[in-house]
Amino acid sequence: MRQEVVVQTRDLSMRFGGVVANDRVNFDLYAGELRCLIGPNGAGKSTFFKCLTGQLKPSEGVVMIREEDTTGYDPHEVAQLGVGIKTQIPNVFDGLTVEENVQLSCRRWHDARRTQVLTAETLERVRLGDIRKRTVGTLAHGQRQWVELAMVMTAQPWLVLLDEPAAGMTDEETVFTADLIREINKTASMIIVEHDMNFIRSIANKVTVFHRGAILIEDTMDVISADPVVREVYLGHKH
Amino acid sequence: MRQRRENIALVALGIVGLVVMLGGPHVLQLFTIINLTTAIGLAVLALSLGLVWGHGGILCFGQTAFFGTGAYVYAVAAQSFGGTTGAALLAIAAAAAVAAILGYFMFYGRISDVYLGVITLTVTLIFFNLLRRTSGPEYKIGSALLGGFNGTTAPPLTLPWDSNAVLFPQQVFYVAMGALIIAYFGCVWLSRSHFGRVCVAIRENEIRAELLGYDARLYKLGLFTVGGGLAGLAGILIANGIGRVTPDLFNLSYAAQAIIWVIVGGRGTLIGPVLGAFTIFWLTSWLGTQSHFNINIVLGIVMILFVLLLPRGVVPALIDLVDRWTRRKMNQRERMRARRRTGRRAMQQAE
Amino acid sequence: MDFILALVLQIIYGIANLALIGLGLAIIFGMMRVINLAHGEFLMLGGYTVVVSTNLSANIWIAMLVLAPVVVGIVGVIVERLLIRFLYGRTVDTLLATWGLSLLLVGLVTAIFGPQTATTISAPIGAIEIGAYASSGYELFLILLTLAVFGAVYAVLRYTKLGLLARGTMQRADIAATLGVSTSRIYMITFGLGSAVAGLAGGVLAPITGVVPTIGATYIAKAFITVISGGTAILAGTAAAASLLGAMNGIVTFLTGPTVGEVALLGAAIILLRLMPSGITGRFFRRSL
Repeated sequence: MRQEVVVQTRDLSMRFGGVVANDRVNFDLYAGELRCLIGPNGAGKSTFFKCLTGQLKPSEGVVMIREEDTTGYDPHEVAQLGVGIKTQIPNVFDGLTVEENVQLSCRRWHDARRTQVLTAETLERVRLGDIRKRTVGTLAHGQRQWVELAMVMTAQPWLVLLDEPAAGMTDEETVFTADLIREINKTASMIIVEHDMNFIRSIANKVTVFHRGAILIEDTMDVISADPVVREVYLGHKH
Repeated sequence: MRQRRENIALVALGIVGLVVMLGGPHVLQLFTIINLTTAIGLAVLALSLGLVWGHGGILCFGQTAFFGTGAYVYAVAAQSFGGTTGAALLAIAAAAAVAAILGYFMFYGRISDVYLGVITLTVTLIFFNLLRRTSGPEYKIGSALLGGFNGTTAPPLTLPWDSNAVLFPQQVFYVAMGALIIAYFGCVWLSRSHFGRVCVAIRENEIRAELLGYDARLYKLGLFTVGGGLAGLAGILIANGIGRVTPDLFNLSYAAQAIIWVIVGGRGTLIGPVLGAFTIFWLTSWLGTQSHFNINIVLGIVMILFVLLLPRGVVPALIDLVDRWTRRKMNQRERMRARRRTGRRAMQQAE
Repeated sequence: MDFILALVLQIIYGIANLALIGLGLAIIFGMMRVINLAHGEFLMLGGYTVVVSTNLSANIWIAMLVLAPVVVGIVGVIVERLLIRFLYGRTVDTLLATWGLSLLLVGLVTAIFGPQTATTISAPIGAIEIGAYASSGYELFLILLTLAVFGAVYAVLRYTKLGLLARGTMQRADIAATLGVSTSRIYMITFGLGSAVAGLAGGVLAPITGVVPTIGATYIAKAFITVISGGTAILAGTAAAASLLGAMNGIVTFLTGPTVGEVALLGAAIILLRLMPSGITGRFFRRSL
């Protein structure tokens, strides 16, 4: 069955001076998929991610989101397409309350009254209702990640890009985050950059492995973890 | 809770403002009234920078560029047309336009922080230098000779419906005070609106605001333009207060003072810079009457001390103090109640 | 032909002028990311040192080339210890505090010396002739002096131990600290050096500009603009920006007069910053000194 391709890159390259961070990457994401991007440090996952979100302008190549050429778009233009984005370091409004953070995201798409309702719903879903009036800057790291996740969810995006959503979380927190992600996946296609293998196993079907700026292999988690080349890449034996 | 306390404070401020506005001319001397009009002009300038810098996080060193533009356009237009209403509106529009053009140039070029400060300072200096060299008779716009570093006269305000009815200084004071009150509450309303909240978000974390889909450049441009228009209004008021407009309105001294008002009054509130302006104005006027202390020395020391000791300004520091005091009172009350409870229980057990 | 030579000399002098008044600020900005808005007043103090010491019968050359930099260098060290030291990393606060310092210095000098100076000094070198045109010999001297100062700073940064430590601290202060370098002392010395260069510049320019307490205001705008447009490379940035802006200013002044010339300089700086928001050496010559 021919499924709709919602995110596509063709010959995407990103160079920083002499360093080639992404080398002619060809990538396809189908509607409804939850794809994880993994790879050792410096493999180019986050660079690729930022080319999708508009935080970086690719040196070469094309990014397409739902048939629209978004290469070189500014982040706000990408977001306005209905894309929810969570960055590697939590980017939240530290000086505002949890509620205000979520409201700002929701208000972009809905009027004031609907925002009140949706914000309350989202806060309940992410179990942040009790701390809605707390200033985000005072929260623990895991909670701040959830605030950012709530901000993404409340806008009801059709495409969600997450960079290390489980970073720095305890095992319990990671389980809850996986639940949230599975819930989001029911209504949105997703691309997630992650390191935690168990976490990935619990959410992903297809995984894309990055290595030295290019895609090494794309398959299910089971196949990937058994692959000897992938093992070498991660364990650092000579290739 | 916080909102309610703020609203009470706002109502109080409004009442104080109205009292000053209506009562002032009856209680104060004419000379003081005219001086106050000048001070009000400076206060509106402070308000404009408080909006742009305090609320929006846009570090503009050259707010005087729009201030002086408003003053000059008002003076020239008022001399050339009959009444002053058109001139005033034109002045505000001109100041806002200059801000819009400069803002477009800077924000859409992703220029920020320090570099933005440099550029805005440069622009106000350009205006200063340009206008200083307009002494000759060939520098004439309409019926107004620009007059170089001596400047040109600023005709006083006239009634909107009768361009021959020139307002007395007391009436100009009403207009000025009224303008300050309306401008202040207008800014408060703006800061609480969705637009204002997005501006705060952009100030807090511009990346996150953009990732939510807000075009930061557009919001900054909008806020900056409003600030420019406000500064233009301030220019009209000071033109009326002094009676003359000179290139000095664009110079480093006024530009520095605007920054000082916001530092002293604090960036956390809109009333802080306004109060800062009145305080510094009173201070510099008092210093001007006696020759012991040099104005520059005092202002310089004030600026240094505030940056080192009270970087957030007086009003936020005061608000902090009040917060801490009320919290201590609440804790004390809690402890008293808890003690009474255990005391009662002990008595019940004893029975 | 002589006319063109005289004109070229004028333009080169304009460039050298910008470079000289900007260098002190560039040293401090490039090293510590500190923007010293009192820089204009440091130049002013250099001028006053020359005037005061020549009034006390000092030799004018010694006053300009030795006394001025030494006096202002010491002032710089004092300022760094008492004020700047507490504000490292706080760019905006440093800007504001040094702005306050500039007001303070203007006020102090006005209080001590009065709003006008009693004597002006004349340039120690007279006019020289280029064919039919008389150019200022002093301007020629200043051009050569600027080159010499740039050369000296380059030599210190490149070939001395202090220069090496300074460059290391400039690039990675944290690593320099772990290697045992007292970054606090490096900053103090650098600030003193930058101030000394400012004092020298103010001293040698005193015969041309005159010395009043408020002369700093005319310097600071140009120095500021040159340094910010130049970017963080101390020598390359200042030289590049001074050349571009100075040439612009010189040519436009020649065509239309000083008013428009100055506007052209400021306008060129704005356009430069718009195209290269991190300054010229943010884009080109990035690894240079």
